Amino acid sequence: MDEFLSNLPIFREAIGTTFYIVGISVVLGGLLGLLLGLVLYATRPGNLLSNRPVFIVVNILVNIVRPIPFVIFLLALQPVMLATIGTTIGADAVTFGLTLGAAFAVSRIIEQTLIAVDPGVIEAARAAGARPLSILFTVVLPEALGPVILGYTFIFVAVVDMSAQAGLVGGGGLGDFAVTYGSQRYNWTVVYITVATIIVIVQAGQFLGNFLARRALRR
Amino acid sequence: MTHVRLKNVSKTFTRGRDGSRVVALDDVSLEVAKGEVFGVIGHSGAGKSTLIRLINGLETPTTGEVWVGDHEITALAEKDQRAVRRDIGMIFQQFNLFRSRTIAGNVAYPLKVAGVDRAERDRRVARLLDFVGLLDRAHDHPEQLSGGQKQRVGIARALATEPSLLLADEATSALDPKTTAEVLALLGRVNKELGVTILLITHELDVIRTVADRVAVMDSGRIAEAGPVYDVFANPASDVAADFVRDALRDRPSPEVLARLRRTHPGRLVTVAVRARTGLAKTFFAHGVTADLVFGGISELQERAVGSLTFELTGPADGIDAALAELRAGGIDVTEEND
Repeated sequence: MDEFLSNLPIFREAIGTTFYIVGISVVLGGLLGLLLGLVLYATRPGNLLSNRPVFIVVNILVNIVRPIPFVIFLLALQPVMLATIGTTIGADAVTFGLTLGAAFAVSRIIEQTLIAVDPGVIEAARAAGARPLSILFTVVLPEALGPVILGYTFIFVAVVDMSAQAGLVGGGGLGDFAVTYGSQRYNWTVVYITVATIIVIVQAGQFLGNFLARRALRR
Repeated sequence: MTHVRLKNVSKTFTRGRDGSRVVALDDVSLEVAKGEVFGVIGHSGAGKSTLIRLINGLETPTTGEVWVGDHEITALAEKDQRAVRRDIGMIFQQFNLFRSRTIAGNVAYPLKVAGVDRAERDRRVARLLDFVGLLDRAHDHPEQLSGGQKQRVGIARALATEPSLLLADEATSALDPKTTAEVLALLGRVNKELGVTILLITHELDVIRTVADRVAVMDSGRIAEAGPVYDVFANPASDVAADFVRDALRDRPSPEVLARLRRTHPGRLVTVAVRARTGLAKTFFAHGVTADLVFGGISELQERAVGSLTFELTGPADGIDAALAELRAGGIDVTEEND
């Protein structure tokens, strides 16, 4: 415990770093994923902006990236990181990888959620003379808002999880802290306090997500 | 004046991996006059849903022309079709309301699409909700309403852009009989008070009987017959139309009922079609024939009688023959039921 207290400033910094990594990844990855998900949904043959070539390309791209284990994905991204953000280590490198990883995961969740929207309401909007792009944003997304929020909550939890894993490759944040100041020094108090902190963050995020989704679904 | 015209329209769908072809519509021609209520009746799979979706361009025919007013829908680009759609309202079997919007928001949606400003939108939404009797529910959400109320919102939404044509896709099929009557009464008002032409599709004869002026009977993608509602159903020329009448009126004995009647009634069994004034009783009496009513049903179609009655006739054989000959001579349809 004493050792943990003596490292308290570093612990606080680690929490800050985790929020930085998770925050940017969820927001940027979330937006990028929303865009990819909308493209997947809308260009699917027979849908609003049916476009087979675009659908096939994006679909295959997502299928290639999704199954890669995150730590390996980070390593594989190193040349890209060097070329774009100029580093392959640290919080920014992890954030870069997480943003892309989250985007591909979000794209599938968005696609699956939107597919469940009743085709009848889309037909009603078409019959009212609405344009496909307008239907996408004024009908399809609002109708799916509850499940979309739950999807983002799921991604938030996954990103917190992955950001901790990234600690193993020196990414900074709570995972890094638990390894460096905890397990490597056989200080299990530090490990458990860090784990408890991660659990609290995840619980808070899940609670907020459930709350917002319930409001969107009016249940 | 013609409002909607279909000229030799066919629609073939290609389904599945094997590319098997399904003919949904087969050389359909049809004219709907301005201001009338035109019903299309058919069993499921007869091609009705495809037909109604051709009119606002939600489906495209494989061959043939679809005209609405002066616009040839089939010749318009998607962009120009959208402009025409604002003059065509549509309501659906499952209502298809936006769950993410309030009742007022649902009705306002077509107006937003059409670029109507907020003040005018609010005015029209209030007027429409008042017309369908749901002004007090403006701020509720669709799931708080009953089925009949949802369809009334659907009707208000369909009328938002003040269309001259309303398409009703099985609009009452998800509703109970009492609510069906309310919604049909509302459609009647839409037609009479607002002068909106209505094209409706249904599988229920009752719907046609209640609101339609003219009807087309569909069977396997073709129009079996079409004409004024009374003419088509009082004297059906096609088997499908006759089936619909029999199912709705239950006026003719089924083979099972007939077999039982034959066992219990030894006299001659005849079924007489009832249309206008028949003078049946007088004719039987005049020939010394006793007529016992054993089965039948008479209903009303556009304020005129339609149905049939099955009698057991007893008395002198030549008297019965003479009475039946007299009825037939008067244009009355008589069916002998003794095998």
